[in-house]
Amino acid sequence: MFEFFKQPLPWYIAGPLIGLTVPVLLIIGNKTFGISSSLRHICASCIPGDIPFFSYNWKKELWNLFFVAGIFIGGVLASLFLSNPNPITIQPELQNYLAQYGIQNFSGLVPNDLFNWSNLLTLKGFLLMVVGGFLVGFGTRYAGGCTSGHAIMGLSNLQWPSLVATICFMIGGFVSAWFLVPLILSLTI
Amino acid sequence: MQTFKDFKDSELRHQDSICVNESEKKETFGENFKYLLIGIGFGIVFVKAEIVSWFRIQEMFRLESFFMYGVIGSAVAVGALSVYIIKKLKVKTIKGEEIKIEPKTFNKGQIYGGLLFGIGWAMTGACPGPLFAQIGYGASVIIVTLLSAIAGTWVYGKFRDYLPH
Repeated sequence: MFEFFKQPLPWYIAGPLIGLTVPVLLIIGNKTFGISSSLRHICASCIPGDIPFFSYNWKKELWNLFFVAGIFIGGVLASLFLSNPNPITIQPELQNYLAQYGIQNFSGLVPNDLFNWSNLLTLKGFLLMVVGGFLVGFGTRYAGGCTSGHAIMGLSNLQWPSLVATICFMIGGFVSAWFLVPLILSLTI
Repeated sequence: MQTFKDFKDSELRHQDSICVNESEKKETFGENFKYLLIGIGFGIVFVKAEIVSWFRIQEMFRLESFFMYGVIGSAVAVGALSVYIIKKLKVKTIKGEEIKIEPKTFNKGQIYGGLLFGIGWAMTGACPGPLFAQIGYGASVIIVTLLSAIAGTWVYGKFRDYLPH
């Protein structure tokens, strides 16, 4: 039985479970689902710096910080007890594409050849981890939500601005994955 | 009773946010642990479905796999059906409060910010939620990515008034 839980979840189980978070949060506490807001609450609680955008009662949104702390703990538990003994399946097209850039280690959730501490000091690693992270934090707040807030909560509530945001996420991602990421991967510094 | 101060605060919390505490009731500190538990379940699903994998995100954007489209599509279908039922049957919260979902108004930020986030999403292979799960799963260097995302949010807040909306 336990072995079953070590296998990767298929999309038709994972997707509906994620979708159910929407009504669960609404029913247990009138909370609309979203994750990127947690980054704003961290700013508001730790480094508000007299900025009006961060001068709100963040304690009212403390639940969201507990929620993301839970996601972190979920990651810990999954790695301790439920980690898949088999290597993660990667499509052969992606394997071939990454092999061109010397990426051959497919064992982790993130490619260890790229995302590691010593690579932070290379231009390639800096762009992927630091600049990439900055764009995620800046872009989600500018857009007013991320994949969970806009693509899942917003679309579930049939909000057309969320559809616009989701389409823009995808356009940005396509351009980045097809043109920008290969350029960054080809860097040797 | 909602005071004017509460009203202003709620307005500010809604600014550029979709995910907001709409409840007018006060919650005790202990009640936050409900959300911790849901987060844990959510994090486990994230990792077990490998949604938090950089490789899955590349496959999605390079159109090499249907997987992520299936996840997001079925999540939206279940979410939309739930919201429809909640509205239709006027389902209340467990504390008997009316469920409120603020409609979203359009501004150009959804386009500019959306494009910028999309670029970052394909680079890091993670949206904000997966960052927390990846760190938990043991990818310690992602702490730097998360700190950088927090910095990005802060810079947005600092220069918000100068950006086109």
